[in-house]
Amino acid sequence: MEAEVVPLALMGKYIGAGLATIGLGGAGIGVGHIAGNFLAGALRNPSAAPGQLANFFVGVAFAEALGIFSFLIALLLMFAV
Amino acid sequence: MAANFPIHPMDQFLVRPLFGGYEIEWYTVTNVTLWMGIAVFAIIALLVLGTRKRAIVPSRSQSIAELLYGFIYKMVEDVAGHDGVKYFPYVMTLFVFILTSNLIGLLPMSFTTTSHVAVTVVLALMVFLGVTILGFIKNGIGFLGMFWVSSAPLAVRPVLAVIEVISYFVRPVSHSIRLAGNLMAGHAVIKVIAGFASMAIVSPVVIGAVTAIYGLELLVAVVQAYVFTILTCVYLRDAVGGAHH
Repeated sequence: MEAEVVPLALMGKYIGAGLATIGLGGAGIGVGHIAGNFLAGALRNPSAAPGQLANFFVGVAFAEALGIFSFLIALLLMFAV
Repeated sequence: MAANFPIHPMDQFLVRPLFGGYEIEWYTVTNVTLWMGIAVFAIIALLVLGTRKRAIVPSRSQSIAELLYGFIYKMVEDVAGHDGVKYFPYVMTLFVFILTSNLIGLLPMSFTTTSHVAVTVVLALMVFLGVTILGFIKNGIGFLGMFWVSSAPLAVRPVLAVIEVISYFVRPVSHSIRLAGNLMAGHAVIKVIAGFASMAIVSPVVIGAVTAIYGLELLVAVVQAYVFTILTCVYLRDAVGGAHH
């Protein structure tokens, strides 16, 4: 098998983009934490749950925002650098 | 490996001129223009034709239009407060446009306009600029008090102010990339899995998997439109309700 020559900068770009996606795991933890706690609270007091659904989505959106930044870094590395 | 793949998962996001040629100028009619126009006409058909008769016992399209209106009205009132209800038409427009674009993008062979950052950045920047200008009109220079957290101890307030300013200017970034990223990732996943169908052994599994992910994408399309709108309401509350800190 013939060894393919890959420029070092290109290799670093791809490895960096791959590493940046690890940050999405953090967003997963955050969103799971919010959803789990919402469910725990909703099961204790089901009548209060519908009123807090908007807060739940806002919390999920804010937790997800930080994961989105790592996704953004990955995209920038892939297509802009 | 990648060359053997029958369809490229990112091909669906290519912007092409609709009437031949390869050059794209600002006035070129592309597939984005086409699908955005279809979305706008679908909204007009639903909202204008649906509510034209205004029957006491609503028809199907009329009850969908009424449900949408009531849902968004309640959301603006709950989240943005009583002062925010004045801006309900804008929020309603945002929600209906994003929801329709997301759902139309799920049709096979169609184009998802909201999966492009260029589209969502414009939507998010309009919200950001509008809310900032509105905040200064409503509260004057006191709008800057939002960054000065007066409930915190004096020593940490400058640090918090820096963080608040950064988080304020990061809003349009996360607001737009969330919508575009979620839709782009979902559609790419569908195409990646559909690409495995060329292997005859796994193709029955692939059909099931694509169906399941399609259902998930339907959920994502609605939830992301909802999240975009509710965040608009949250930002609007900061502007019209003044600083809560």
